[in-house]
Amino acid sequence: MNTLPDRADVVVIGAGIVGNSLAHHLAQFGWRDIVLLDKGPLPDPGGSTGHASNFVFPVDHSKEITALTVDSMQQYEKLGTLTAPGGLELARNESRVEELKRRMASAKAWGIHAELLSPSAVAELVPYIDPSVIRLGFWTPSAAVVDPLQSGVLMREQAIALGALTVSANTAVLGIDTERGRVTKVRTDRGDIETPTVVVASGVWSPRIAAMAGARIPLTPAVHQMIDVGPIPELAETHTEVSFPLVRDMDALMYERQSGADLEIGSYAHRPILHDTEDIPSIEAAQLSPTQLPFTDDDFDPQMEDALELFPGILNAPGAGVRHAINGLLSVTPDGSPVLGETPEVAGLWSAAAVWIKEGPGVGRVLAEWMTHGTTEIDVHGADISRFYPHQRTAKHVRARAMEGYNKIYGIVHPSEQWESNRNQRLSPFHPREEALGARFFEVGGWERPHWYESNRHLLEEFAEHIDDRPHEWDARWWSPIIDAEHLAMRNRVAAIDLSAFAHFDVRGPGALDYVQRMAMAQVDKPVGKVIYTPVLDYRGGFRSDLTIVRRGEQEFRVITGGADGARDRKWFGDHVPDDGSVVLTDVTSAVATLGLWGPRARDVLSALTEQDVSAAAFPFGSARELTVDGVPVLALKISYVGDLGWELHAPFEQGLHLWDALFDAGAEHGIVPAGIGVYGTTGRLEKGYRLMGAELQSEYNPVEADLALPKVKSADFIGKEAYLKAREQDAAARLCTLTVDSHTDSGGTRRYPQPHSPVLTTSGDRIVDNAGRGSFVTSAGSAPSLGAYLLMSYLPPEHAVEGGSLLVEYMGERYPVTVARVGRTPLFDPDDRRMKA
Amino acid sequence: MLLVIVEEDAGGVSAASLEAVTCARHLAEGAGLDLHAAAFGAHGDLAAGLSKYGVSTLHLVTSESTREYSPELWGTALAELVEHTGATGVLAASTDRGTEILANAAASTEQPFASNCVAIEPGDPWTLTRQRGGGILLEDAELSGRVKLASLVAGSVEISEATATHEVDVLEFAPTPQATMPHSAIVDRTSRGSGVSLASARVVVSGGRGVGSAEGFAPLEELAELLGGAVGCSRVATNNGWRSHSDQVGLTGTKIGAELYIACGISGATQHWVGCMGAKTILAINTDPEAPLVARADYAVIGDVQEVLGAVLERLRARRAAA
Amino acid sequence: MDVLVCIKRVPAPGGKVLLSADGTSIDTRHLGFTIGPHEECAVEEAVRIVAEHGGSTTVLTAGPPEADEQLRYALSMGADHGVLVETGTRELDPQATATALTEAIRLLESESKPFDLVLFGNETADAGHYQVGVRVSRALGLPIVGGIKGIEIGTGRVSLQRDVADGVEVYDAPLPAAAAVKEGLNLPRYPSIKGRLRAKKSPVRTIRPEPSPGGLRTVRLRRPPEKEHETVVLGYGAEAAGAVVDVLAEKGLV
Repeated sequence: MNTLPDRADVVVIGAGIVGNSLAHHLAQFGWRDIVLLDKGPLPDPGGSTGHASNFVFPVDHSKEITALTVDSMQQYEKLGTLTAPGGLELARNESRVEELKRRMASAKAWGIHAELLSPSAVAELVPYIDPSVIRLGFWTPSAAVVDPLQSGVLMREQAIALGALTVSANTAVLGIDTERGRVTKVRTDRGDIETPTVVVASGVWSPRIAAMAGARIPLTPAVHQMIDVGPIPELAETHTEVSFPLVRDMDALMYERQSGADLEIGSYAHRPILHDTEDIPSIEAAQLSPTQLPFTDDDFDPQMEDALELFPGILNAPGAGVRHAINGLLSVTPDGSPVLGETPEVAGLWSAAAVWIKEGPGVGRVLAEWMTHGTTEIDVHGADISRFYPHQRTAKHVRARAMEGYNKIYGIVHPSEQWESNRNQRLSPFHPREEALGARFFEVGGWERPHWYESNRHLLEEFAEHIDDRPHEWDARWWSPIIDAEHLAMRNRVAAIDLSAFAHFDVRGPGALDYVQRMAMAQVDKPVGKVIYTPVLDYRGGFRSDLTIVRRGEQEFRVITGGADGARDRKWFGDHVPDDGSVVLTDVTSAVATLGLWGPRARDVLSALTEQDVSAAAFPFGSARELTVDGVPVLALKISYVGDLGWELHAPFEQGLHLWDALFDAGAEHGIVPAGIGVYGTTGRLEKGYRLMGAELQSEYNPVEADLALPKVKSADFIGKEAYLKAREQDAAARLCTLTVDSHTDSGGTRRYPQPHSPVLTTSGDRIVDNAGRGSFVTSAGSAPSLGAYLLMSYLPPEHAVEGGSLLVEYMGERYPVTVARVGRTPLFDPDDRRMKA
Repeated sequence: MLLVIVEEDAGGVSAASLEAVTCARHLAEGAGLDLHAAAFGAHGDLAAGLSKYGVSTLHLVTSESTREYSPELWGTALAELVEHTGATGVLAASTDRGTEILANAAASTEQPFASNCVAIEPGDPWTLTRQRGGGILLEDAELSGRVKLASLVAGSVEISEATATHEVDVLEFAPTPQATMPHSAIVDRTSRGSGVSLASARVVVSGGRGVGSAEGFAPLEELAELLGGAVGCSRVATNNGWRSHSDQVGLTGTKIGAELYIACGISGATQHWVGCMGAKTILAINTDPEAPLVARADYAVIGDVQEVLGAVLERLRARRAAA
Repeated sequence: MDVLVCIKRVPAPGGKVLLSADGTSIDTRHLGFTIGPHEECAVEEAVRIVAEHGGSTTVLTAGPPEADEQLRYALSMGADHGVLVETGTRELDPQATATALTEAIRLLESESKPFDLVLFGNETADAGHYQVGVRVSRALGLPIVGGIKGIEIGTGRVSLQRDVADGVEVYDAPLPAAAAVKEGLNLPRYPSIKGRLRAKKSPVRTIRPEPSPGGLRTVRLRRPPEKEHETVVLGYGAEAAGAVVDVLAEKGLV
């Protein structure tokens, strides 16, 4: 019935809330010739948007998800499709009471008004709840119900009014053509469209659409069960779609909301029921819609009893029955976060998938911004599709993690909680030794990294005076005092740390220097053999990454970055390789095993294994040398993220085990211990004031605020330079500070250890917000055994970034006094870096 | 011998029955069998009406117990007639009664019965095609038995005359009185009186979700009245309580055979389609140009039901006033 | 009044019916199942009759083990007992179905007492044979009328009402009796939460008869051919009124 243009600037596939929002915002950003396709009819094409429960609770422990949600709520409100009856999250048991207190801290940290309510206060808001079943309520007055279908209609209308958008419903995409790794054409059953840019906003069908172009979008359709019970007189009397607050019965993993005369009940408690994208019925074959599958009673019945317990009155209303029941399909990803951004496999092919209704409009805006400016205002690195390493995009991994993650949707998830499924994917050559030593492995990027070693338990006695145990189970979960003991053994003697999860890229060619100069904020044009630590900025001058670059030759550099961000950095570096062939970028991650050797005895150990001179004079701090260590060729870097004398030793992967054994043999007489990432990532680096990507370093902050600005700005151009120069000229809106906790004791007399994301407050308990609108919260937290302190990092506005100043930190419903110990980067431990340079 | 049940319409043999006769003759000719007809409580001269269609004998079932309709008694009487005449096959039109009598006769004789056939071919077994789910699916099947019973959906066979006209012998058949058999009896019959029945209306104006409310049916009522038709509805309208179930067109409601079917705001699920697919011409009014019924209709108007009907009624009123 | 209702597990309506590769059955991968609309009314009617006159409602189905789901749905609507006549996953012909049901009902009746009223759907929503209820009733010696949209229980008798082309017919039959009912008989309730929970815990009895096949054998299923045709769009909104009137005039209706 409609005709398609034969070319477009961008083709958006999928007219759910995300596709509509994206088309709208692209139009707002000045894009024209936008085509929006959907296989189904409008306004409800049959995807997850059409059957969602449509409620929005703004508070999430994740800052970026909260930011996307708040942005979305503002958009819904502006469209007039938002009603805010408020929302309650209920605790039935004690651990959930604690969780709601933690939620309270998140609300405060992200600046959303919320209150904790007693059961009777809950019952005043929702008179049909049985308050005797619950212990606490978390009340968010701004929680809302939205209409995503109507929002989509309005968004399309606005884009059409701008002359920017062609919409084609009932149009099936048959293929996506690529040439030399770039999107060129979308083929549909109503004709072909030439285009350089395609966005897959196809919800549960996204993997199938992306596969047409040869890319993988790692998500799986999973069932979420929903029923409608009605008519219920108390609800019917309101004559509204929704008047009573929304309820999340957190311990039952369920929600209940009014929908006219009915109570809609949804569940995340049933067994995970995953589907294959290929098995979703066609629109024709679907009885309701392709994403509303036949209800399976057996899975839901236990939840029915939970619901009946909480709402005994209305659910037993005479005449009220189950009027509608579906197994709705939604998208679940391996880590529960959305999948956004350009796919690593195909240039011009973007993913806008695995997005809840509550984030849809915000995701559309952020993606439009990203596609237009190459960077986003809200830091969405946790949702970036390029965060996944190749094995994490396989169906096996997606299914395993989705299966495991499904019941975490309403679960209480500790921030350090480890996944159990599909582990042992990437093992360093040291792994057999680590296992034998009782390593407790944490996963990063699929790598198994020892977080601490049970074999070091005996050190607890040696350092007993300097180690605090953590009496509260939550604080001690996924933690061990052995970390502190390993730290002290390193500071006293020497420790070896497995760093094989690092990602390594070799950059070679006549254009190599110009290229790395453009990528790095620091001066990279240094003599061969120098090691350069540098922030990597995005176009807006925010942090994209921080990493190490080694100049190995006139036209040869090695880029070394963290395992957590290696895949994202790989894409960022790959995207900027010049087209002229002057630079060759090679990912050598799988060829290199890395062992850190640090501590006052590190030189004694190393010199026993090499004939080369490793004295401070011959091998100064900040330099790199090719060494032969017990016959193993090693690239040694004289740097440290833990602040002690020593090296990062990069060896051929297959000789890693030999290197490990040699170091431990030679180190025995010096008291060498293996140390885990607990030391490397937290205790060691916090004492030294080192920043961590993803924690302190986010795209929303700049190098001046993080106090990583350099004395001089290099003359070479680099990404983010303009913004960086501007930031240098302005007064920083916030400065990164290190704080000490003055008292750990809670009202019950238990020592508590505040964790990251806790809000930092004034002594009168007020939220601290800088003049850029950013709240202050704890970015990192951990013990500093060498200082006998517990340290926090936080950005503070100038009026609070004053050394010696007193503030409060809220943690699990209580407040703890803290002192600003350091403003800026100067370490609290060994401020002159004497140990590293010894 | 094959037997075909004929029903009366306006003093003659009904069109649906003539289809059954045509089909039965095809089967009889194919097997070299005689063709007889049977009628219950006939008033008109059916024999004359059958002479052109190859029927040699008409059995008039006449007895006190079968004077009024009773499914069990009529079915038992038919079973007795089958045994009495040695018929090896029985056909009837798939009317409410035709189907019911055949089912009862099949139960009495313990012989197989294929309902809602659209085609039957001779031989042993008969190979036939029947409708399932009101015509959503077709089933090719074989029917084998000492006596084969089948009912034929109206409109599946083109009525044709035999090559030669025969005088039809009329025989009266008085079935054995069934004094002890528990059976139902018709005790009351109320006629619709005025108003056009949905099944037989020339025009049906039907509404669904797009009508929006019970009150929204007012223009449909007015249009139906102006055109001398009946008002129908979809299952959505019934379930929402906008119309009574007797107005429902569809698989579980009425199947219509109107000259013109005007579907207002009905998307046209398969279950509705099987109720209206018998209409000669379909006009769909719907806001969604991609609705299944729009795609299947002969004519379509894309737009809101109230708006479109309002304008149509205005013109019709003006025409009427002018005339 | 002890009422027996015979129901069948049928695909829920809505989607296009897909067929298995060999065409002998339908592809059930994406299908939800339900009780046919006529039979749902039968269950509702039975529950209402029992509520008014006392007694109990038994629902019985012949089909695969999965038909337990439909029995439990009926139980959640208020039926008291469920009986699964397990006849395997292949659909039986109508004679075999009737034999299986008859045997099962005789067994149930031999163990307690005869049912006062047996309800069937007028025809099943899928196969639509229009005869199983009649065959079972006649085998049990019960009077039966089809197309019923009104049931009134009298003393020892039942009054049954049905729509016909030009009006309404009322039948009278002695109890025990049977009726094949149609949608529109009542508006079936949605199962309450309590009803569902109770249904989940109710025992369902299983009977496994072995009926021999009857004379109707399915060879294959197919979809009727779609007629190729173009829809003539008369126009958009009120502007199309003139064209609509022209069509009406062409048909000689105005």
